[in-house]
Amino acid sequence: MISPKTEPSLKTEPSTVTAPGPSPAPPKLPPSLAANPMLSSWIKFAPEGHVIVSPGKVEIGQGIVTALAQIAADELDVDLARVQMVRATTAGSPNEGVTSGSLSVQHSGRAIRYACAEIRQMFLAAASERLGVAPDVLAISDGTISGPGNLSTSYWELAGDVELDRHAAPGAVPKSSTQRTLAGNSVQRIDLPDKVFGRPRFIHDTKLPDMLHGRVLRSELAAATLTALKEDGARAAPGLIAIVRDGNFAGVVSETEAGAEAALLALRKGAAWSPGEALPDENQLADWLKVQPAESTVISSKSAPRPSETKQTIRRQYSRPYIAHGSIAPSCAMAQWTGDRVRVWTHSQGVYLLRSDLSMILKLPPDHITVEHMEGAGCYGHNAADDVALDAILLAKAAGGRPVRVLWSRADEMSHAPFGAAMRIEIEADLDAQNEIVAWRHSVWSNGHSARPGRADMPGLLAGTELAKPFPRSISTNPPQANGGGGDRNSIPLYDFPSWQIESHRLLTMPVRTSALRTLGAQGNVFAIESFLDELAAERGEDPVAFRLRLLTDTRAQDVIRAAARRANWKPAPRDGVGYGLGFARYKNTGAYCAVIAEIEGAEDITVKRLTLAVDVGEAINPDGVINQIEGGAIQATSWVLKERVRFDNTRITSNSWSEYPILRFSEVPDVEVEIMSRPEIEPVGAGEAAHGPVAAAIANAVFDALGVRVRTLPITRDNLIAAMELTS
Amino acid sequence: MTSIHFRLNGVETDVDADPDASLLSILRGQLGITGPHFGCGANECGACNVIIDDHAVASCDTPLWSVANKEVTTIEGLGTAQAPHPLQRAFIAEQALQCGYCVSGILMSAAALLKRNPNPTNMDVRTALDRNLCRCGSHNRMVRAILRAAAEMQAP
Repeated sequence: MISPKTEPSLKTEPSTVTAPGPSPAPPKLPPSLAANPMLSSWIKFAPEGHVIVSPGKVEIGQGIVTALAQIAADELDVDLARVQMVRATTAGSPNEGVTSGSLSVQHSGRAIRYACAEIRQMFLAAASERLGVAPDVLAISDGTISGPGNLSTSYWELAGDVELDRHAAPGAVPKSSTQRTLAGNSVQRIDLPDKVFGRPRFIHDTKLPDMLHGRVLRSELAAATLTALKEDGARAAPGLIAIVRDGNFAGVVSETEAGAEAALLALRKGAAWSPGEALPDENQLADWLKVQPAESTVISSKSAPRPSETKQTIRRQYSRPYIAHGSIAPSCAMAQWTGDRVRVWTHSQGVYLLRSDLSMILKLPPDHITVEHMEGAGCYGHNAADDVALDAILLAKAAGGRPVRVLWSRADEMSHAPFGAAMRIEIEADLDAQNEIVAWRHSVWSNGHSARPGRADMPGLLAGTELAKPFPRSISTNPPQANGGGGDRNSIPLYDFPSWQIESHRLLTMPVRTSALRTLGAQGNVFAIESFLDELAAERGEDPVAFRLRLLTDTRAQDVIRAAARRANWKPAPRDGVGYGLGFARYKNTGAYCAVIAEIEGAEDITVKRLTLAVDVGEAINPDGVINQIEGGAIQATSWVLKERVRFDNTRITSNSWSEYPILRFSEVPDVEVEIMSRPEIEPVGAGEAAHGPVAAAIANAVFDALGVRVRTLPITRDNLIAAMELTS
Repeated sequence: MTSIHFRLNGVETDVDADPDASLLSILRGQLGITGPHFGCGANECGACNVIIDDHAVASCDTPLWSVANKEVTTIEGLGTAQAPHPLQRAFIAEQALQCGYCVSGILMSAAALLKRNPNPTNMDVRTALDRNLCRCGSHNRMVRAILRAAAEMQAP
């Protein structure tokens, strides 16, 4: 993220071309701070003794708000209890885009660290002036700045003298890792007490004065057209305020939630829908993916300086189904109009991005729309959070200025929200006479993995496609590889193969709606790469740990594999029906390193008994928070691998309840052990998505170890296991 | 409309409502008790669990009439920050959640378990929670927290 302004201009200063010797690069602000340089937009001091921190990132259950509070408290030398975290809002928070991709510590954390480092120096200078002593004899403890003798002042006393309404200047020097007292230590999450004591904290539990309740009518049929709507039944429902209809968009507003439910039920009875768009055959999904029109991209290509002779080529195909986000809470939003201005409360992951889409759909300037974040349940990516915000806004138009709360049903959440895209992956390896890999080819076919709001010139919100003057249904795209890629995420091997060709084929049709699900394409690609490597190791008769260590040159990668292997006593003595498997990846090839050993028991069904993980996230700001994220990721990944598959027939998504879309239960959850590598000197990266790919592969490899069967089609259910056995025999 | 009487978190409560309305909708609507969460509306996730006469029950498909003259406890009645239930203390000590949406229901399942089995095994806990879904993957921490609370409650 280099701003063109900081590049030396060769036209006016030709001498810079021939300038002798390297000079140190001028200091730069962290990208998030450079994009939002006003110091006061990040940090304020409240007179009663609080530090108010406003990140642009949002809490989605990952503990980011606590980690950011730790960073601020550390840099400013105040107690954690003095830090008050402000929820993101377009009314004043820094614009940090979306909370996704395990980037919040990198983006927000660095911005806050550098802003606080600069602010600390500004206050030391002000204190020095007020107390009449040099800044270097001053010390700060819990916000009190004291000098020799009894001299003392505080952030709060000085707040009026220090102007924070100014831009951050590059060059602030944050504390070194050894000077920090909070970052690097496990602290209790600041949002947990509310949740454990049942205090209203979620958007779902928030009641605005005079609030009404809305529900939206949606057909089970994919992309159906509303051909007739009889409203009499709904009109008779108690407390009805309005029935809203705009093209295929229809909904009700009522005084009470029960009234809204009753009106919706009646409206559903009075609705007739045209048959929608046909969905593909879910049993031929991998074949279907390969024959759709697609945009093909070479992601990476590398040729060996001296090509070796290929003795044989091995080719394998892997696939994963569509996967649901499956938030425990259906999506919810509240909206309120005042004249031609609207305010919306949302659990969206990106308040500014949502505002941008809303502005296009409502044809209102962005400053007429205020988007405020409130916590929802864990979302694990782009679910219906943004869609329901538009629903609430559209229904609130009929509410006479009163706020309207809209909640989706479980069935709508599981069938109309975007899914993680299904993937087909083919890998080929050329082996030489010694069975060493001399060339590697990886191709992935998949819908795009992102249709988040605010990214395209067309809005991506569901109701926008349903209006009488509809916006087109957008086809999901992939973030560029420089941002980690989408379907191609983690498709480039970290292994040191002499040559490779990596291709991504993004579908240009999208009968099943897809968008960002935790890890995007990384889970599928890592599953494929690590399964294939395991197979090649087995063919060679080489230990899979040793095989990987030999193919890697990155010592941090080797270290996590060794650590996981050591902790799991690799490789335990064979036992009947028990298997062990390894999986490894560096998320996005730039983020956290994660290695995992899975222990499974296999018969007709697979039970994952234990996952042993080692991770390297650089500096772990809140180590217990990192472990919590890795544990959670590993367990969710196990659920995806063993159970999850979005089901559909020709006309509709059929897995629209928990019984149709089962997830891992308490009795099925493996033991999970996590080791964090100590790297306090290395810039921190996020932990939330590191485990999914490695866990998927480790389980599949353990299944082979136990049963001698390679399952290359996820999920590893009884049916897929039997199909794989038939293929083997 | 019928008047239904029950005890809610120790307080005598009368509600005038459709007796077939779900207990959850009455708690969250008329009574303003938002600890029990709506998750599915079909007794499939446990986010709305409350305790009715010592049993953990999904309030989303429990009709109001069925709790007449019974004792209903929600997360709000389990404990407070000033006087926490050992389970609540243990959940904070073990940092046993991520997003926390499922937690109010899980705590009620756990409280009912500890009442009928004060000394549960790890497997007893998992069995008791098997109808509660958690999507964040905090299961093992929750089990540890419940065993920790049980040990604390057993201690002399």
